[in-house]
Amino acid sequence: MQILINGEPVATKARNLDELCGELGFAGAKIATAINGSFVAAVKRASTELSPADEIEIVSPRQGG
Amino acid sequence: MLKLYGANFASRLLLGTAQYPSPDILRRAVEASGTEIVTVSLRRESARARTGQGFWELIEQLGVRVLPNTAGCRTAKEAIATAQMARELFGTNWVKLEVIANDDTLQPELFGLVEAANVLCAEGFEVLPYTTEDLSAAERLVAAGCQVLMPWASPIGSARGLMNKPALKTLRAYFPETTLIVDAGLGAPSHAAEVMELGYDGVLLNTAIAKAADPVTMASAFAKSVEAGRQGFEAGLIEPRDMGTPSTPVAGTPFFKIDRVS
Repeated sequence: MQILINGEPVATKARNLDELCGELGFAGAKIATAINGSFVAAVKRASTELSPADEIEIVSPRQGG
Repeated sequence: MLKLYGANFASRLLLGTAQYPSPDILRRAVEASGTEIVTVSLRRESARARTGQGFWELIEQLGVRVLPNTAGCRTAKEAIATAQMARELFGTNWVKLEVIANDDTLQPELFGLVEAANVLCAEGFEVLPYTTEDLSAAERLVAAGCQVLMPWASPIGSARGLMNKPALKTLRAYFPETTLIVDAGLGAPSHAAEVMELGYDGVLLNTAIAKAADPVTMASAFAKSVEAGRQGFEAGLIEPRDMGTPSTPVAGTPFFKIDRVS
């Protein structure tokens, strides 16, 4: 299915958010996630199923003022 | 001591981590500033670059507390989701809450700010809202549960200093028990001293140090000015006067003649 990851269209076979993070190589990485504007806790990624056109945000620590 | 939600800090200077010429200069600036709190953000992570992972290693090495921000958020909904992601990622209930009104002034969007503060305080966040000097917004934020207010001095990164000093003074008078930190717009160490002389509890700086020709030396200069300003406030500043008044005793002035007194 086609989804948006950080604003970019991506085709994926992942069924849930945890699988998607693993597919992208983020297993063990310091990241946080959101779907369609709402936060998804790390412990809930596996139970968060993906749907076509979902908008995923995957963020990490960065410099800030 | 600077008090933030029950925690005490010797340094009254909070430092941003963006825009430094290099990670090493950031590290040395943090050390020179003596700060115990640095601000950080969340940004989209690339699976290939993995930029955030390296940055986080640097921050961990600094050994200071992190204050995540919601920089760039334009609505309460965005700010709430960003704060929730930050809490999980950084393992802290602290959040520097920013809801930005427009790109030209980067001024706080006060309605969204109050809305987000209400939600986040109810969720157990310890909110440090980036706000203006507006008293009604401040009252709403304190009513929401904010124990800290962070009014701007002038637009973020503008280096203009205190654009509305009387209003900042009024805010201090209205909220004697609330921790007040000026966040944004300071450009020179003298600006920081001016803030501290008003009785503010601290200052949050980034651009003025990071973009200085020598950020490490500037960090040291700001640390001294913050301390000097605070000491000045605690020592009790004299009130300005319209007219001059001699500091040297008048009595016994040589060559004194009464007819020269005006």
